[in-house]
This record gives sequence, structure tokens and C-alpha cells, in this order.
Amino acid sequence: MLSKTLHISTSPHLQKDISTAAIMRNVVVALLPVAGFAVYAFGWNALLVILTAVLACVLTEHLLCRWSNKASTITDWSAIITGLLLGLSLPPAFPLWMTFFGGVIAIAVGKFAFGGLGYNVFNPALVGRAILQAAFPVAITTWYPSFSADRFSHISSSVLAFPFMEPTVDAISGATPLAAFKFGGASTTLHDLALGLISGSTGETCAIIILLGGLYLALRNMMNWRIPIAILLTVFVFNGALYLMDATTYPSPLFALFSGGLMLGAVFMATDMVASPLTAKGVVVYGVFIGIMVVVIRTWGGLPEGVMYAILLANAVSPHIDKLFQNRVYGTAKEK
Amino acid sequence: MLTKNTFKHGVHPPEHKDATKGMPIRQFPFAPVMILPLNMHIGAPATIVVREGQEVVRGQLLAKASGVMSVPVHAPVTGRVRKIANVPTISGKMTEGIYLETFAADTQEVLEGNPVNVDHASADEILQGIQDAGIVGLGGAAFPTHVKLKIPEGKHCDTLIINGVECESYLTTDHRVMLEQADDIFMGIRYLLKVTGARSTVIGIEANKVDAANHLSAHIPNDLNVAVKVLPVKYPQGAEKMLITALLNREVPSGGLPVDVGAVVVNVATTAEIGRLLPHGRGIQERVVTITGPAVGKKGNYLIPVGTPLRFVLEHVEADPHISEVYMGGPMMGVAVSNLDISIVKGTSGIVVFSDKEIRQPNILPCIKCGACLDACPLSLNPSKLGILAKFEAYDAMPAHHLMDCFECGSCSYVCPSHIPLVQYFRLSKSIIRKRQEHKKEVADA
Repeated sequence: MLSKTLHISTSPHLQKDISTAAIMRNVVVALLPVAGFAVYAFGWNALLVILTAVLACVLTEHLLCRWSNKASTITDWSAIITGLLLGLSLPPAFPLWMTFFGGVIAIAVGKFAFGGLGYNVFNPALVGRAILQAAFPVAITTWYPSFSADRFSHISSSVLAFPFMEPTVDAISGATPLAAFKFGGASTTLHDLALGLISGSTGETCAIIILLGGLYLALRNMMNWRIPIAILLTVFVFNGALYLMDATTYPSPLFALFSGGLMLGAVFMATDMVASPLTAKGVVVYGVFIGIMVVVIRTWGGLPEGVMYAILLANAVSPHIDKLFQNRVYGTAKEK
Repeated sequence: MLTKNTFKHGVHPPEHKDATKGMPIRQFPFAPVMILPLNMHIGAPATIVVREGQEVVRGQLLAKASGVMSVPVHAPVTGRVRKIANVPTISGKMTEGIYLETFAADTQEVLEGNPVNVDHASADEILQGIQDAGIVGLGGAAFPTHVKLKIPEGKHCDTLIINGVECESYLTTDHRVMLEQADDIFMGIRYLLKVTGARSTVIGIEANKVDAANHLSAHIPNDLNVAVKVLPVKYPQGAEKMLITALLNREVPSGGLPVDVGAVVVNVATTAEIGRLLPHGRGIQERVVTITGPAVGKKGNYLIPVGTPLRFVLEHVEADPHISEVYMGGPMMGVAVSNLDISIVKGTSGIVVFSDKEIRQPNILPCIKCGACLDACPLSLNPSKLGILAKFEAYDAMPAHHLMDCFECGSCSYVCPSHIPLVQYFRLSKSIIRKRQEHKKEVADA
């Protein structure tokens, strides 16, 4: 009796019932309704773009693992998130070959080059998108209108553009509310913005679904809610101050909150755990920084939208924010 | 009595106390042979004063303290010293010890020693009595109690804290001690008050043991200034620093001792032991141990002679033959047993046994900087950062992040979604850093 070899391990011997893969899976779950609305609003074009981005990311991750003689890490769901976020941040009729290229870059340069999951400095999806923005400035600002009648019967020729070919624009391109405001001075109603009855990147248009996805993750304690709150509050306050000074030049703060990629960026991209700070204080600073940069770029920059660059910039300073805003260790002086 | 006070952060592991918390303490049978290592405490091993073949009486001194940082070992049974040899211990190291053969037919009366009278003895005499009784922290640390109670020159203790928190999952020994040994506890408090010079006593108990709190409150002697405080359940509230913060809202300075903020913390079972042994001048021969876990048939709280072989204990409680993991202590800070031929020692507060079914091999992933460990660490350390430094062997950078303050409660590892064995990293890093510091000192001295 009792002659069996014992299993030994180090304390603690209890483990909370949570895993990194489960967190990632839940982010995917939270993103699915966003993707669902994208397909509903933009039809097959959006579906193809999103699927291509996911496929590119997962395939790249798998092959890079194979080539570096490591076990494939696609089962941790993180590559799927990157693919979804990339797809959701691109215009609905973006050429698939460019989308695929963006996915490869996102994983290979944004993630793998830094050491894979946990070591990326920037949000990989945004790295992919930034390179696409630099390489294909026309395609990435060509907007397909939402809820067009033929969205489920017709696939845009630009989507199916041959590799290395610039697409030809076949549809009346619908300006995004931000571009319409910036370059035409036209405002869009809050109702249309919140419900996503507008043009824009595939996944950024319906603010309410994005917020619900964020709420789902925050309630499950799988997202740092302080980040989106800090970003949105900052944008609201900063933009509100500008609006109060001159309501004809500057957009209303609510317009600023619900337009463009701000919701998608604040809820799903800035909250990339790896690329954001760790401490509660640091996270707030990070969020405020993003908020300020968004308003600055949107207001005074050459582009109508600045969320992507704001987040990438904040990703870069995130380690320094962590260094500056550490928690006070128990038993040490109140101020250091 | 009920307070909302607690410390910052912490975790809520499943409690698993229901199986044994209602079970009264029962006397465990005497094993045929007792195994008594001489280093059941932190500090210098005791020095043997008996010879092989000698007959000893239960309670008789077997080994004396070899200095201030040491405590004696007493015979847990009446019997014969079979052998003085190296005995196995939980660390895996063999250490000097005694094999003591039990006389099965003996009545096992305990030898009476020199009583230490609480009213007449001086503080130093009581300290000596506590050392002579071989008393160590019974919560698990096994730190010699008389060393802890010695108030350093220039320091002052105003509050005596009795630790009845028992925040570890599965364990119910302190719970039962509080329900069954109230008189011993209050007698122990009298001794402790005299030694520390404290004016008031606070007994800290978590809200999952309200019955114990009520029982103790109802039995406070009229002449004693004792308050019973019920704290919200949270791990690791039983850690000295956390308990002081929860009860007194004081923070022990980094690298300091409780007495630096005027407090001394003593485990409740240790207190009861002092109150029970000193009036008779006896030494520790047994202790209460919770034996539980999915693979144990007869779960319960047992009064087990120190030195009882673990194999004998597990057979007696009808452990599943397919046991896979055995922990000494609770599952958060306890040590996994690799060899069943070790014995119950003074610091053994619990034995938790699991079978194959319950064992999971976690899949370790890289740190995703989710920050869960920062929100768990009771000391507000940054385990994520420390873990990465340890992983890349940047040990010299770790003390600046207060690695040495970590008391290995395991909260960070518990919440880590990537299942990184952070505490193990920290244990290893600490020992490497200590070695490097010693080496530096040697070089400097040479």
C-alpha cells in the first residue's frame, strides 16, 4: 500500500480557473458581434476582408512557429484576435491581397519579430494597418458606403483586385463622417453614428455593439476598463473644451466620441494587455495620452483620423509609463 | 466585533474547509516507531542528550537547545531510543535525528517538569520556559517562539495580536483549537502579555469562523483586556504583516519586524500550547493536524504525536492507494512531499492529499502583462516584472523591485492566467541573490 511514486510540484498548489487562452477566446467572442455587424452593413466585401485578415494572421503564426522549430501557438487564440482587429480596421472593400499582406506583416513584424505572444511592444494589428496605410494610402481611404442595396449580391472589383494591382473604384465611395467633417464641414447625426448607419472601416461603425463587447470583457475581468474610460473621457473633455471655444470650427464632443475608429480602438486595441501599462495609475496616464493624441491628430493633423497613430505612440511609451508610475510597495515610504 | 478592515489586494481561493471544520480534535494512535529530526525549527538543530538503547518517558528531554536560536526536542512517547541516525525530512535532505521505539503497553503518562507560574515568573523566566518547552510557531513557519517574543532593546510592544485567521484553504486546526481550547488560549495570552509588555490583545479571526469568534468572546476572563475581531475572508490575511495592517491599520516597514510598529503576532495554536505546557513545565509532544483532501477517507482534525511517520498517518486515515500528491501545510504555501517516510513535525499544520484525478499539469504561456498578479500581491509588488527579470536571469536587478520582501504567499501564481510558476522563480532568485551577497562579503572580508 502507498508505494506509488508521488507527483511533486511547487507551491501554490491551487490555480485559479482562468487561462490566457480563455481570455483570448473571450476577446474573440466579444469581437464576433462587431464582425457580424460589419458583414450586415457592408456585405460580402467585409466578410472577405475579415476572413482574409484572420487567415493571413493564423497562417503566418503557424508557419513562423514551424520554421523556428517551436510548437504552434495558434491555439492560444491571439493570432485570431490580431486578424479580426486588422480586418475590422480596414475599409470594407479593401483589396484582399493587400489585406493578406497586412496580416502577414502584423504577425511577422508586429508580433514574431519581438518574440511572440507577450513580448510585442505594439499592438500587432495596428502595426499591420500602419504599414498598409503607408503603402496603400489611396486604397485605405477609399470607403465603400454602408447598407448599399447590392451588398449581398455583388462583390466589389476592388476587393478582388489582382495582387500588386491598385484597385479601380467601382462604387460611389462614401465619405466617413470624420472626413466629411474635416474636409467638407458636414456633421453626421449622433443617432446614425451610434447605430453605425455610416461609412467607415468594417468594424468601427457601430459604437453600441463595440461598447457592449467591451462591457462583456470588463464584467468578466478580462479587459482593463480603465483604459477605454480614460481615453473616451479625455477625448470628450479635450474636444468639449475646443467645442466650447468655437462650435463652428470644432466638432461636438459626442461626435468626436462616436465617429471614426475611436470606439474600436479604445475598447479593443488600446486594451491589448501586452502593449499597455500594468499599474492602475499607469493605465490612466496611458489612456489620457491616447485621448490627447487622438484629438490633436484629428484636429490639427493632415489625416481625418488619428486613433491608430495615437495608440501606436502610446504603446511605445507604455514601458516608460510603467517605470514612472509604479505601485507603492507595502512598507515603503509614501512618496519616493 | 465584525470589521470591514483588511489589507490591500489578496485573493480568494476556494476554502474547502467544510469537510473538517465541524470535526472535533481526536487523539491519534501511537505509531510503533517515531522519527524525530533535530531541526524541526528554524535555527540551529538541537543537541542530543540521550544514547541509543536508552529508555525514555513521554515528555522527557531528548535533545537540548544548542543556543538562543534553537529549541529542544522532547519524547513524544514512552519508549526506547532505537537509533540515532540521519532521518529523512520534507526538504529531501537527510538530517540528524532519533528513531524512538514506542512501548505499546505503556500508559503514556506525560512527565511533569518545573512549572512556570504566570503570576510569579519574570518575563525572562517565561521566555526561558517557552524555549524549554520547545515551542515554535505552529502556524507552519516553525520559528522559535521565544526569539520572536524577545522585544529588542529600545523597541516597545503595545498590542499583542493572536492570529486565528487560518487563511489557507483546507486547514481547520486553528478553528478547532479556538473552539475547544479557549482556556488554554487565554492562559497563553497571560504569559504572552507579561513577556511582551503589551497593554491590549486583539484576536484576529476570519468571517468563516464566526462560531470560534463567538466562543472566544464569550469566554474572555474579566481581568483580561482582549478584543476579538472578525475580518473579511481573504488570503493571505494570516501573514503577519497583512494581519497587522488589517487589525491595526499599521504598515510594517520593508525589511522590518512587527515590533517596529508596536505589535507582536502569535499564532493561536502556539498561544494555546504555551498556556497548556508552561503551568506544568512540559515540552511539546503532539500537535493538532488537519488531514484532508479528496484522497483521504477519514478526514479530520487529529492530535498527532510529533514524529509520527507520514506513512503511518496516511494508512490510518485510509488514504486512497492512488494518491498522487501530498502537501504538508495548506495548498497555497505547503510543501509537496516526495517521500512518505518523513514524519509529522512541530510545524505541520495540515496534510492535504490528492489522487491522480485532481492533478492538472498546467500549460505555461508567456506573460501577457494582464496585471492580475499586481492586483493580487498583498505587498503591491510587481510580480510580472520580477518574473520577467527572473526568467532572463537578471537577478541583480530584482532587489530594487523589493523581491526580498516577498514572503511567497503564492497569490501571484494563483491568479496567473499563463500559469507561470512565479513563486518558484522568486524562491530560486532569492537564494541565488543571497549566495551572491555572501560571496561578495567573503571576497570583501578576504
